[in-house]
Amino acid sequence: MAASVRMDPTSSADAGHPLAPIPYVVRSVATETPDIVTLTLNPHATKRIPPFRPGQFNMVYVYGVGESAISISGGTSDGQLIHTVQSLGKVSNALTRLTPGDTLGVRGPYGRGWPIAEAKGRDLVIVAGGLGLPPLRPVLYEIFRNREAYGRIEIIDGARTPKNLVYYDEVQGWRRRSDLRIQVTVDAAGRDWYGDVGVVTTRIPDARFEPERTTAFICGPEIMLKLTAQALAARKVPADSIFISMERNMKCAIGLCGHCQFQSSFVCRDGPVFSYAAAQPLLNVKEV
Amino acid sequence: MKGEGEHKLSREIASHPFFHGMTREFVHTVAAEAVERSFVADDMIAVEGTEADILYLVLEGKVALELGAADRPPITVQTVGSGEIVGWSWLVPPHRWRFSIRALKPTRLVAIDGGIMRRTLHAHPDWGFQFMVRFMPVLAERLENTRIQLLDIYGR
Repeated sequence: MAASVRMDPTSSADAGHPLAPIPYVVRSVATETPDIVTLTLNPHATKRIPPFRPGQFNMVYVYGVGESAISISGGTSDGQLIHTVQSLGKVSNALTRLTPGDTLGVRGPYGRGWPIAEAKGRDLVIVAGGLGLPPLRPVLYEIFRNREAYGRIEIIDGARTPKNLVYYDEVQGWRRRSDLRIQVTVDAAGRDWYGDVGVVTTRIPDARFEPERTTAFICGPEIMLKLTAQALAARKVPADSIFISMERNMKCAIGLCGHCQFQSSFVCRDGPVFSYAAAQPLLNVKEV
Repeated sequence: MKGEGEHKLSREIASHPFFHGMTREFVHTVAAEAVERSFVADDMIAVEGTEADILYLVLEGKVALELGAADRPPITVQTVGSGEIVGWSWLVPPHRWRFSIRALKPTRLVAIDGGIMRRTLHAHPDWGFQFMVRFMPVLAERLENTRIQLLDIYGR
């Protein structure tokens, strides 16, 4: 645990500044994989971030370590937040080491989320790769709350191995629903795995949807986004009906610093969700 | 009764996506030498390194393609389900399975004798061409999927 975690977060002179993080307390920590945890956070006091839309992210601040953009994986009307974090760098490593009772700072929510309302009345194909499911989780619960508003729901979740799958128990619960279809696939597995083996793109031909009335949401590493979008396009899903969540090194989160520039867009402000029609020309360009 | 069984098998083969559009005569020739086989979960259908003289059509169920070594447990590198085919080693010398095949759940297959297939395709080049037109895309797709797996697309 970082020594500064127990500092008094309410003592900041900048507490009223719009970019000042709001203190939250770690309520619980669930270990998803050896390097991925899910943090459930409660507001430290009455102040909390505004309601979020699925697909948005928060800037999460570990006091004394730094700040990192983390997708919002869930929340409640009383201000609780869920963030799933993989240990990849200094800040995310510190986040995965937090324990219940620790305090951290949150500012947000930021960015444009998934166009769920626009997808009403249509079939939905939701494809997650690697740590792609956490940013899509709020989409699924929004759909579950309003299931009759959508057509067929196809969920495809891919990971390197069964040990790298997040929300495993939760996904098993979704599998029991009769009003959606879930395909879980891994790149390699041992004999204790009776599910599919193959990259996520191999499951697209088997997905059931009507291409002309389908909206697709894809989240994962950029190469996976590209290949999955291509596989959906091969099944005649229009490029402007495919949406991808881009990942860049976000710092300010309000479109000022330029760290997350994506040609003429800023991922933090104009994304992270983009239509494939808009992003496609840039996905093959180096260092955009 | 054999006639009825052959007729049923002909229908199963003709309705399998791989054989879709093949001539009735070719399907009947294949069906005459084919048998249906059923397996339960964890049954070994083929073992890596052993003689491979069968083309399998998956009618129902799912199988795992496994690679193993003496110093590690077998690893599943691909799963194949209904409507797909398994086995190309019967076509490529030395006709030994390059991987093991294990049933992952109750699985029904059509087993087609590879030696007879080779002779039939050799004797009827038009059928051979039609067969290869269907066979090559399967191999190409699996090669492409293997290349994507090599990219480690879930890595950062």
